Amino acid sequence: MKGSGGTGQGSVGVRDQGSAEGPRTPTVTALENRHLLGIAELSAEEIRLILDTAEAMKEVGERQIKKVPTLRGKTVVNLFFEPSTRTRTSFEIAEKRLSADTLNIAASTSSVVKGETLADTVRNLEAMAPDAIVMRHPSSGACHLLARICRARVVNAGDGTHEHPTQALLDGFTIRQHKGGFAGLKVAIVGDLLHSRVLRSNLLLLNKLGAQVVACAPTTLRPVGLDRMGATATSSIDEAVQDADVVMMLRIQLERMQGHFFPSIREYYRLFGLTAARLQRAKPDVIIMHPGPINRGVEIDSDVADGPYSVILEQVANGVAVRMAVLYLLTGGSEGPS
Amino acid sequence: MKLLLKGGRLVDPVSDRDGIYDVLIEGDVVARIDRDIAVDRDAAILDVPEGAIVCPGLIDMHVHLREPGQEHKEDVASGVASAVAGGFTAVACMPNTSPVNDNASVTELILERSAQANRARVYPIGAVSVGQHGEQLAELGELRDAGCVAVSDDGHPVATALLMRRALEYADMLGLLVIDHCEDQTLKGDGVAHEGYHASVLGLRGIPGEAEELMVQRDVTLAGLTKAPVHIAHLSTRGSLRAVRDGKARGIRVTCEVTPHHLTLTDEALGDYDTNTKMNPPLREAADRDALMEGLRDGAVDVIATDHAPHHADEKAVEFDHAPFGIVGLETCVPLVLDRLVHAGVISIGRFVELLSVNPARLLKVTGGSLTIGRPADITVLLPDLDVTIDKKKLRSKSKNTPFGGWRLRGGVGATFVGGRLVYCNDDTPSLTAWRELRKARSPNVPGR
Ligand SMILES: [Zn+2]
Repeated sequence: MKGSGGTGQGSVGVRDQGSAEGPRTPTVTALENRHLLGIAELSAEEIRLILDTAEAMKEVGERQIKKVPTLRGKTVVNLFFEPSTRTRTSFEIAEKRLSADTLNIAASTSSVVKGETLADTVRNLEAMAPDAIVMRHPSSGACHLLARICRARVVNAGDGTHEHPTQALLDGFTIRQHKGGFAGLKVAIVGDLLHSRVLRSNLLLLNKLGAQVVACAPTTLRPVGLDRMGATATSSIDEAVQDADVVMMLRIQLERMQGHFFPSIREYYRLFGLTAARLQRAKPDVIIMHPGPINRGVEIDSDVADGPYSVILEQVANGVAVRMAVLYLLTGGSEGPS
Repeated sequence: MKLLLKGGRLVDPVSDRDGIYDVLIEGDVVARIDRDIAVDRDAAILDVPEGAIVCPGLIDMHVHLREPGQEHKEDVASGVASAVAGGFTAVACMPNTSPVNDNASVTELILERSAQANRARVYPIGAVSVGQHGEQLAELGELRDAGCVAVSDDGHPVATALLMRRALEYADMLGLLVIDHCEDQTLKGDGVAHEGYHASVLGLRGIPGEAEELMVQRDVTLAGLTKAPVHIAHLSTRGSLRAVRDGKARGIRVTCEVTPHHLTLTDEALGDYDTNTKMNPPLREAADRDALMEGLRDGAVDVIATDHAPHHADEKAVEFDHAPFGIVGLETCVPLVLDRLVHAGVISIGRFVELLSVNPARLLKVTGGSLTIGRPADITVLLPDLDVTIDKKKLRSKSKNTPFGGWRLRGGVGATFVGGRLVYCNDDTPSLTAWRELRKARSPNVPGR
């Protein structure tokens, strides 16, 4: 199952939407944009460059001393307007492994209520001359605003319901590790599609790399124009899981109950929960993914989440490698990872 | 004192004139309109440049002047300076000020500030309900007597059908038009952009077109019940237009306005989360825009109004979610409409005058809408071939929140006369040098350009 072998990666050499197969020679060696705001701005080649770079970064994490001097002397600020222990810790470990100086700021959106705008906050941060700002923010597009007003590189660690690019990259990395490539894969994404930035980033990434996506949710939790966004929509989890190579579960936020999106958790689980029985329909080598944190017994059963097909913990480990790769490529570390 | 506008194409649908005419202004009124008026020794002669159009003064029936209460965004003086620079001789201002214009003292304050500014005419619109809270009718009789020409809870819909019914009946008794901002609040929820593909991709909470349509349908139904007129503000969807069209066909007294931005932009413009594309109603889809264009052509749409909504730069320099809705519109309207609608062949110049002067004057029952002997000389001179580049920095409005900065458009405003006074003259036009000199000589202490 664990095969990051050469042949697999060779088949990843698909140029935009899987037209021509090519040998695995990197066609790009740097990212075109100064910032990572979303998967939307990345080409297929750039995505592959990040994944390849993460490959080398992953190796750093397997060493006895998990640290390289790559970003020594650089300052990275983790600016989190939404609590997210998981993503913030992952970035922080990535930064530390690259020897960057890190600063964690848990800004509350209540500062906005107090009259301090995002622009004010950033102007104060700029005084510390950070090289990169990793930002998590509850408003879609907040990272675009940040990129317009600050000198540092901006890494989007999740903006509202827009994008979560490093999550999609680590998902892509994990899929490639198990499946070798993306062309022809059937990926089922199940859960709250409407409010999910993970969905949007993954859709973009999977489409660019040539996978086929089936998105499953109650009709109340589907964004308008899902088909135009590159997914086949269904409200049947059985249909979604049928012959899937990858099943990616999304978290159901319990506070959504107030928006009349579904009648009860009980009913949601009955119609959309991933159970071992339902998983029978998938390909025998299916992998189960989840960006976490998991609601056990709501969107996924414990025995599936912890079962043999689950790669949920690998995703977490890969997150560090992918974030190291992104920071390295954006801040132009002077020394390579090795 | 006499002014003779010599030559120029006069377009006045009400008097059915479209041709080369001279217009003689005596004092504050139109004294004569004729093919060739002999030059009078005591008249100052203003040669109308080749290709220019002389028309009844434009009237914007939907603006926000922000005074009292939010003078950092705009005040009456800056608002009317912006209006005349945009070719408007009159504006009707919405009551969502602070305090709300729901009583005579606020109306009087606005009129007093307008008299001090002494540029465009200002017609206050009173609130339908006390505080615009949608609970209790404001004293509409007092508002009318103080000078309000219509009533609206703009910014909010009149939320309940019963209050809307009573407002229609009661306002009609007073001869006041009810203007409604149509939006079902529960369906709109906390949406910030049109519910469609683009909002989905950007992860912005959607406002379906149907949130507007539901309320338009209710209003048409209630106008039918009460036999009173209702005017739909900033109509933006094909469904809403269908409801208006059906109502008109059934003889119901329903009219509507659309804004230049809904005629020129779609939700595709949200692309970079530019908060200057955040407006209410939101920018809709191409099919909606096309339907609105069709409505301009066939008469379903009565008025073009700007919904001029000034916001301070700091208020817009925030996350899309947090930014206020609205853009300034007074100074971009004429170039947008001339370029995108008249030159593009969507409407004729005669229809332009109907939409921007004749119909607003008729609906609000105010002066203007036609050039008539003995009536106030409110006149706009258009330069349909002028190259205009929208420059935010040059806007007279205190606020610069426009998505049209940098747009190059064909067509602009040459000059604006209010009550026979030349209150605005375009700086960038050599053919109007004599006009500008006259203006300087007449009013040496007029502030601004
Ligand atoms: Zn409104």
